[in-house]
Order: sequence, then structure tokens, then C-alpha cells
Amino acid sequence: MSNKKPETGAFWARDHTRHPPALTPTYKTSVLRSPQKALLSLDGTLSEITGPVFNPSILGELDNDLIHNYAAPGESAIGERIIVHGRVVDERGKGVSGALLEFWQANAGGRYRHKKETYLAAIDPNFGGCGRTITDEDGYYRFRTVRPGAYPWPNGVNDWRPAHIHFSVFGHGFSQRLITQMYFDGDPMIWSCPIVKTIPDKAAIEQLIAALDMNNTIPMDARAYKFDIVLRGRRSTLFENRLEGN
Amino acid sequence: MAQSLGILKESASQTAGPYVHIGLLPNFVDIKGVYESDLGSAMVNEQTKGERITICGKVFDGAGAPLRDALIEIWQADSQGFYNSHSELRGTADPNFTGWGRQPTHMESGEFRFETIKPGRVPYKDGRLMAPHISFWIVARGINIGLHTRMYFGDEEQANSEDPLLARIEHRVRVSTLIASREGNNYGFDIYLQGDRETVFLDI
Ligand SMILES: [Fe+2]
Repeated sequence: MSNKKPETGAFWARDHTRHPPALTPTYKTSVLRSPQKALLSLDGTLSEITGPVFNPSILGELDNDLIHNYAAPGESAIGERIIVHGRVVDERGKGVSGALLEFWQANAGGRYRHKKETYLAAIDPNFGGCGRTITDEDGYYRFRTVRPGAYPWPNGVNDWRPAHIHFSVFGHGFSQRLITQMYFDGDPMIWSCPIVKTIPDKAAIEQLIAALDMNNTIPMDARAYKFDIVLRGRRSTLFENRLEGN
Repeated sequence: MAQSLGILKESASQTAGPYVHIGLLPNFVDIKGVYESDLGSAMVNEQTKGERITICGKVFDGAGAPLRDALIEIWQADSQGFYNSHSELRGTADPNFTGWGRQPTHMESGEFRFETIKPGRVPYKDGRLMAPHISFWIVARGINIGLHTRMYFGDEEQANSEDPLLARIEHRVRVSTLIASREGNNYGFDIYLQGDRETVFLDI
């Protein structure tokens, strides 16, 4: 079930009980960066129902291969080799085709390649830390990378992020825009992370934990993790009346 | 028990974090050679139709300091009011304008800057024309879920006065938080995350 025909229905209202609130004092940076007034709720207009289109021609051959896209010729990034794959669907279960996914992560030692990063773990000269892909007509995607390491960060005196990959996702409309993070099944650090705990709903947290998927490993090469992403659903416009008058 | 609606739930948002640039603007943080250029960094080319404008501003936190690690995306119609999107069924948008841009706030000054064109008017659901506007989406460390808002144009007083979204803002003094001021071809649009001047953010 892919979205072959363009759809024009407004997106379903966001279920904020599943998302982190703006103000989460145990994640300290949110205190001064959280709006305090109520959001203005409004049914989507054309400006939100539409969204940018990304043609697969923008992709380079190694964009979905973080093991090689920054590595010197003949070399590769250090770490546990993994495939991350899954499907982008909307809340109706419909595959979201042509969705641009961008991902970024620390290297296997938990170090980011960024000038603001101060963790003492080593930089991997063959690992840049970014990749991207576009879902196929049924919403499926995959990429290759190394499993990122956990890392400490200044919040409490001893807070550590569990291993995670950041995902940026476009759907078909600008109001589906989403940034989230993928965690790894079995990681004991997940449940003590102040950023994970900004999410008020346990099931919503579990939905961000990728499952080890031994059926999709490449034997003698890489293990696989399966991570599905759900974007906002939208109304069918079949029986929708055009409002009269003003 | 009735049948289940079989509805899935949207994946929860998580903050973009301090290193969002690695993923979305790698060239900006000197990760060179992975992508030719950063997506969304150039919105117009020589063939793009419409009036060239620049939008500059800062994003302020609750202590009045500009964010130096935020990322902003904008989405807008072309000069005729058409979106370059599959869901745009009213006509064909300018092929030389995607309508989408992405910029960081500067790591020292905190300023963001978009070079784009002034959009045309787009109809509301009931057919009335909305005032020209640009959709903004702001993410950063400390922002748990991306913030949606709109920028309107200070030199469009008549259109702004009849805009259906602006009309929905209960506290009229807050309307001005969405209106950019014009100086030459430059529009100034500052965003306030908290406080007396808090920008109107949208759940849309
Ligand atoms: Fe991270």
C-alpha cells in the first residue's frame, strides 16, 4: 500500500501525550528553550498539507553507507558493522514513499565529529557520522553503519546517553516533519537517560527501540536492526465538504 | 468491545541535540566530501521568478540570549502562490523554486539568514486568500519537539488584517510576533522561545 496518488487531506491532530512536553526540567537545556504559552491549534491548510519533494537523484552512491562515505579509499570505519532497515508508515499504516531520511551518530567510541564536542574518546579518521536515503514506493529504507557508542554529557554530573542514532524524517506534508532518535534493544542505559525520559509514555519509548533482526543480517558481515517510523496520519478527503461562506 | 481502529501512533519526537549539523548541514561543520553541498542552502537560482528578499533574525531563549546551535527550515509557496509539492493540485509551481530552505543560526552571532523570494497568496480551506506567509520550523538542543510557526510580511497590512490564521490569535498583542519588518529587500524576523514577547507557535 503506497501512496500512489497525491493526497490532500489535513493531518490528524498530534497526540501530545506521546510526545515530550516542551518543559522537562531534568533535561536542563529545555528550561530556557521551552515555550510557556499554549500552542495555537488549527486544522492544516495548504501550507502544511504540502511539503518539499526530494528526488533520489540527489543521493550519492555511498550516502547510505556510513562505513565508507567518509573513509579513505580502501579503508572503513571501525566498529560493529550493522544494517539499519525498516519502513516509514503513517498512522493509518500506509507506507510513506519518497521520504527523505537523514541520520547522524557518534562513532563506535561514542565521539562525534563536531567542533563543540569535547569527549575524550578518539575520533575515527574514517568515520564522518552522517548519511541519508529516500524511502522506496512502499516506504522501505536501509543503510549501513557501525553501532555508535554511549557517551557522557553535561547535564547531571554523571549522565550518559544510551547508544542512539538521530533521525530526521520528511513525510508528504510539512506538518509531518519529525526528528527522533533510535535506540538499541537490550541497552540498559535507555531507561536512565534524561532525554529518553522526556517522553511521558512507556509504549512511546519502546516504539523508538530497534529490534535485533537476525533474519536480515548479512552472514559473516553485519548484523541488522529493524526500526520502523510512524508519521502523522491524514484524513481522507472523499466525503469532506467544502465549507460554505466565510 | 468494538473492533479496533487499527491506528498506529506517531513516533515520539526527540531533541535534535547539539550535533544536529552533522546530519543536516555537514559541510557547515567541516564534514566535507560526503555531500556536495548542504541540502536547502540555496533556494533561488537565476531563473527563479519573483521578488528577491532576504530574511534575517535570531532565536532568543528565556534569558534573552540568542541560540547559536539552532537549525531552521522554511517552507513557502512560489511567487504565484503555488507549492512545489505532490499535494499541490491547483497548478504547477515554478520549477526553479523548491520552496524549501534550511539554515543554521550562526555559531557566534546567532543570526540566521535565508535568501528567497516573496511568496504569493495561498487560499485557506474555504477559498479566502491567506496573507503571504512562510512556514518556519525550529529545532535545537533543548527543544524536545520541533516548533512550527509562520512569518508574515510587515508591508502586507491589508492582507494581514484579513488572514484567517492571524484572526485566530486571541491575544491581539501577540499578532505582531509573527510579522516581519521590512527594510529595503530585507525582512527582520526574530523568534522568542519564552517571555513577554514569546512567538506564537502552532499546533498545526
Ligand atoms: Fe546524540
